[in-house]
Amino acid sequence: MSPPGIIDLSAAQAVAEIEAGRLSAAEIFAFYRRRAADEARELNCFTWLASDLPGNSGSQAPLRGVPLAVKDLFCTQGVPSQSGSLILKDYRPPYTATVIEKLTSAGAPLLAKTNQDEFAMGSSNENSAFGPVLNPWNHTRVPGGSSGGSAAAVAAGLVPWALGTDTGGSIRQPAALCGIVGLKPTYGSVSRYGMIAFASSLDQAGPLTRNVTDAALLLRHMVGCDDRDATSLVFPEEIRLPTAVDLKGVTLGVPQELERPGAQLAGAEIQPSVRASFENALKLAERLGATIKTVQLPHAPHALSAYYVLAPAEASSNLARFDGVRYGHRAEGAEDLLDLYTRTRHDGFGPEVKRRIMLGTYALSAGYYDAYYGSAQRVRTKIAEDFKAAFEKVDFIVTPTSATVAFELGEKTSDPWSMYLSDYFTVPMSLAGIPAISIPSGLSEAGDGEGAADLPIGFQIAGPVFSENRLLDAAHALEAAIGFDGSEAWV
Amino acid sequence: MSAVEYEPVIGLEIHIQLATATKMFCGCALSFGEPPNTRTCPVCLGLPGSLPVANARAVHFGLMIGLALDSELAPRSIFHRKNYFYPDLPKGYQISQYDLPLCRGGQLGEVRIHRVHLEEDAAKLVHVGASGRIHGSDASIVDFNRGGTPLAEIVTEPDLRSAEAAGEWLRLLRTTIRVLGVSDVNMEEGSLRCDANISLRPIGSEQLGVKTELKNMNSFRFIERGIRAELTRQEKILRDGGRVEQETLHFDPASERITSLRSKEEAHDYRYFPEPDLVPVAIDAAMLDAARAALPELPAARDARFEREIGLSADSAHLLAFRAELGDYFEAALAAAVDPAPHAQTLANWITGDLLARLPDGQDPEESLVRPGALALLVGLADAKRVSVGAARQVLDRMVAEGGDPAAIVEAEGLAAMDGDDELAAIVAAALAANPEAAENVRAGNAKAIGPIVGHVMRETKGRADGGAVTQLVHEQLGV
Repeated sequence: MSPPGIIDLSAAQAVAEIEAGRLSAAEIFAFYRRRAADEARELNCFTWLASDLPGNSGSQAPLRGVPLAVKDLFCTQGVPSQSGSLILKDYRPPYTATVIEKLTSAGAPLLAKTNQDEFAMGSSNENSAFGPVLNPWNHTRVPGGSSGGSAAAVAAGLVPWALGTDTGGSIRQPAALCGIVGLKPTYGSVSRYGMIAFASSLDQAGPLTRNVTDAALLLRHMVGCDDRDATSLVFPEEIRLPTAVDLKGVTLGVPQELERPGAQLAGAEIQPSVRASFENALKLAERLGATIKTVQLPHAPHALSAYYVLAPAEASSNLARFDGVRYGHRAEGAEDLLDLYTRTRHDGFGPEVKRRIMLGTYALSAGYYDAYYGSAQRVRTKIAEDFKAAFEKVDFIVTPTSATVAFELGEKTSDPWSMYLSDYFTVPMSLAGIPAISIPSGLSEAGDGEGAADLPIGFQIAGPVFSENRLLDAAHALEAAIGFDGSEAWV
Repeated sequence: MSAVEYEPVIGLEIHIQLATATKMFCGCALSFGEPPNTRTCPVCLGLPGSLPVANARAVHFGLMIGLALDSELAPRSIFHRKNYFYPDLPKGYQISQYDLPLCRGGQLGEVRIHRVHLEEDAAKLVHVGASGRIHGSDASIVDFNRGGTPLAEIVTEPDLRSAEAAGEWLRLLRTTIRVLGVSDVNMEEGSLRCDANISLRPIGSEQLGVKTELKNMNSFRFIERGIRAELTRQEKILRDGGRVEQETLHFDPASERITSLRSKEEAHDYRYFPEPDLVPVAIDAAMLDAARAALPELPAARDARFEREIGLSADSAHLLAFRAELGDYFEAALAAAVDPAPHAQTLANWITGDLLARLPDGQDPEESLVRPGALALLVGLADAKRVSVGAARQVLDRMVAEGGDPAAIVEAEGLAAMDGDDELAAIVAAALAANPEAAENVRAGNAKAIGPIVGHVMRETKGRADGGAVTQLVHEQLGV
């Protein structure tokens, strides 16, 4: 096989080629290493690149040495793990995250660390201390966030596959905006040990890949109960590679509330191209044998409000450890302890992180706890109950992943609430802890404003807890019917 | 009109380091004076990305404490984060329990228990500089070896009415915890720490006065002195017509001075919320059975048994039951006793008297060279008058210094009680001859005058003579 053909292989195909002896682990590593190095500056996807294939490439292990890029916030021993923040600039942890260890020993060597929003807080990757990532489809636009570097790198063909994390949509939304597949697994199915935390009760690692099969293959080697993560769960079955070619007997539910969000979505109406692509995907699904139903998720419109209490509350506590005492940035010349703390954190954290720390601190304060944190928890419970009730009637719930296509760099940075609305369709599933996948459903057409044509659109499918295998099968059948070609974005 | 009399109202908050093999939320071994920062890992250092996992053994110990204190054990309890910034707290929060603790209510002795919960210990700050204290130090450095050590916090109801009662009750608690085997409960080493909530109220009043919290007194002596000093301070304020401020205080045992650490206004808002990295602690029947099965006899029950079943005096029973190591030694000696077996009360007296007096302060007799069975035999020999009490004391000296079998020592040293009356009679006769004045006085009816004569005999016999037999022979030979 000649090197130029490697780019055309999906990760699963590359595994098969290496298995068949037509490609070597060293070749594919060198190929992507070179591509990543050449293009790194253009898109700003990476915060670190491996110089060499690790000694043990894992070419005998199941993933055969097909290399992996991982979001900056996964701790990797001796390798910068900065979570997109100045406060952790050049921080090299003394240990490696469980999921990275699992994937390395399954044969996916570490190729790169990817840029991200600081501490995973953002929907555009503009909150990174290491600069914004550009959307490979249009360099004036954002890739989405917070796993923007991972999404852009996969979409641009700079890495075969990548890991991201999703707290309120941070895998699915950038996958949608970059025209790739992104899966947020059931909460607890992938160990969080070694993931620099944003919001512990929501954070979940997942794959960002070119197609659904690659996502299944990577996820297979990610899941598993970890003694070091008390919230991790035993995944009840092996993750299978999807084979479904139709949706016979499958019922898809379209939530009434998310379809017509009304006032909740003021200023962020579903763009016409997104709506058209969503409806087209529903038609294709029907043609594959699916039944479409409308379902009610009465509390879903409150999801974003609850999320923006709970996630900042947890974050305000999770980020307390960055105090300049033990690692990371430390302000020089502090006069006393309080001065050390305030100056270190003042200089080390970016504005969005500070905003969320303040929101969260307020929400947990004496006298406000029940009104904010307590209410938000009750809303969260109601949302989980809504989904449970809906899944009595339908197999999956489908929505557009994002109401809009990729927006212009700087377009929403001055308006946090409009930025937060980017996660309108993804946050409810995060609060419910259920799995959801975003697959590309097509490209936008002119009519959504200048420059909005030819940008990818994502279609989200969510299922009950541990329904990943069925979810991947449904996504696989629909993916084939849609026939999206992402190679246009390859650099 | 008589002056108002005030009544102290005292409650205690006790922190106990649990003697688990590993820390509360990670796999690091507990530290006992290792070089700084050698018993650490990403979890107890609070490194980014690390996660806590609750120590099942600590939960088990917590349940044992709950059972021993007659608490209600929560079928489901949860951990909370207590948020505050300090360099000894690497995560910026302490994982503790809040509104759903492991144990609620209970009673020990006369004092009601409010709650018992589990949490993690902070790291140790070392202040570099001449004073060793934070003020005026050149720098403060952190040793994380202690950070994450499991703690049980026991909170009492305000049922104590004096400094002495607080000290006495704390000793009872310490013994109870010690016999459970869940902690070393050593105040000097910090495995038992106590804060006191202190207020005064007019006798007869049901209402509680404003309380202050006296922090971290690190010995029993200081606790009683600290509480007394604070009660005196509060009483003076009240008598002068002032108001006690609610604040947290520090007692300096050297100067007996009480200083304010922080006022009510400066109190932290800890922003407690449920720890999302941990799942609730669900107590099932198997865990409860295991905790019950691990429960030894508690001091109060042992006290009663020593008195009722073994027939010890109330004082001896209490002493042996509340100093568990003495009780254990006593029972080991009783169990190992062979013919001639000692009387239980005599054995108890020897342990709490002669043996303890010969050991370095605070040494557990189990760790001495005197084996319990050997002591039982020695006391048995004395009881059977096969050695005199004086000779037995000499044998015990040898045993404390070198160990060994009392019968063999008696044999080797020729200390067996003198049974030949003729030999003893001759020595008595010689003693009378050597002390004519004393002999005359005894004859004249002064019983106390016998001292020099008996002393002479004892010297001659190296203490082997039985005091009673000597007195009898003196009287016989003097014809009184």
